[in-house]
Amino acid sequence: MRNLIRFLAKNSFVFLFLFLQFIAFVLLVKNNNYQNSKFFNSSNFLIGNLYASVNNINDYFNLKEVNAQLAEENAKLKTQSIPSFTKIFGSTVEVNDTVYLQKYQYTSARVINNSTNRRTNYLTLDKGALNGIKADMGVISSDGVIGIVKNVSDNFCSVMSVLHEKNKVSAKIKNSEYFGSLVWELGDYREAKLMYIPNHVKLHVGDTIVTSGYSSVYPEGVPIGTIKEFELPEGNNFYNITVQFSVDYKKLSHVFIVKYKQKEEQQKLEALTEEENGH
Amino acid sequence: MVIEIVKYVVSFILLVLFQGLILNNIELGGYINPYLYVLFILALPVEMPKWIVLIIAFVLGLVIDSFTSTMGMHTSATVFMAFSRAYLLKLMAPRGGYEFNAKPGIQMMGIAWYVMYAAILVLLHHLFLFYIESFKLTQFFSTFFRTISSTFFTLLMVFIVQLFTLKTNQKS
Repeated sequence: MRNLIRFLAKNSFVFLFLFLQFIAFVLLVKNNNYQNSKFFNSSNFLIGNLYASVNNINDYFNLKEVNAQLAEENAKLKTQSIPSFTKIFGSTVEVNDTVYLQKYQYTSARVINNSTNRRTNYLTLDKGALNGIKADMGVISSDGVIGIVKNVSDNFCSVMSVLHEKNKVSAKIKNSEYFGSLVWELGDYREAKLMYIPNHVKLHVGDTIVTSGYSSVYPEGVPIGTIKEFELPEGNNFYNITVQFSVDYKKLSHVFIVKYKQKEEQQKLEALTEEENGH
Repeated sequence: MVIEIVKYVVSFILLVLFQGLILNNIELGGYINPYLYVLFILALPVEMPKWIVLIIAFVLGLVIDSFTSTMGMHTSATVFMAFSRAYLLKLMAPRGGYEFNAKPGIQMMGIAWYVMYAAILVLLHHLFLFYIESFKLTQFFSTFFRTISSTFFTLLMVFIVQLFTLKTNQKS
């Protein structure tokens, strides 16, 4: 016993090291289920507020660009608004609002922290639970997809960026409707790989890639990027496609959080079908 | 003594803010990221008890981690660095031991000694950090390249900061 105590005392430095390292690893592994990192992430109150005030300053530098973007978007919306359509009298087409059930609801948010250089990139937005934001909602900007909400605090939420090795986006080629899975690989924040597009599909460089809408996170048809290059490895059934993002992830400032109103209904139905298949 | 502690606390806060708000946004060539905050561990006095250095490293890592939402990553790497520092200091002790109240720095220990000391510790820290981040060996070489290039830039900044302190000390 005395020897044991002497041994412990003699190596106390090593044991302290191992102990601290153990805590660090527990944090690390726990943090890998990102939901568990509620406390110490950047939606953390103090640091969230610090980022918010730094961003207040940074916003001034982007004003010019944001203005241009807003003007462009305004123009786009104007073309879609009711006064820009002429009514067709006498035909069977009738615009009746009660026919449409609202499917998606958008909340505008500001990006107050952003990263593009890690293997796992996150953004922090200035909207949180008090604004009705929940985990697993999609985030898009006027240029394309951004990511998925992971953690929510009262006033902030942190978003798993598309630039995250575990974030797969269900994507399709705009005209041919063939869908695959878009995965970002570490390195260039401007490019990603599109997988599972079968080899009989005709592709062209410059084809637009949009979201498929299957995942119930993003609406259908949100732009992702364009095909930069593609090749068909010999003996392979699927193309090897490199996609250039339409969003510049280094220049994000205003984004929209998407709420899919019938999400629960869809998921419940799909779960039920799968369950029945299982039996 | 109290002034020393205040000095360290202030430099801790400054380094953390500088790292969290400015350096984390700097990426050279896509993914090279300098981590100047390790300078704090480098600069602690030689005689400081080893276990205090470990605990400081742990706290420093936690704070940096909460800036980047990468809980545990920097903590683990910084603790590892503090652990290696104890042995490195023993290994690199000058003949006859360190002077009383010695602090690792170019001024006190000489350029050759300091370059060696800083390079080894920063490299160890970055190796640990980047391999924990990737958590697998499939991208061994790209991770290795990241480590080496980031180490280079961190060291560059460490030396720049050292040169500044050198000048102010000479004036006084």
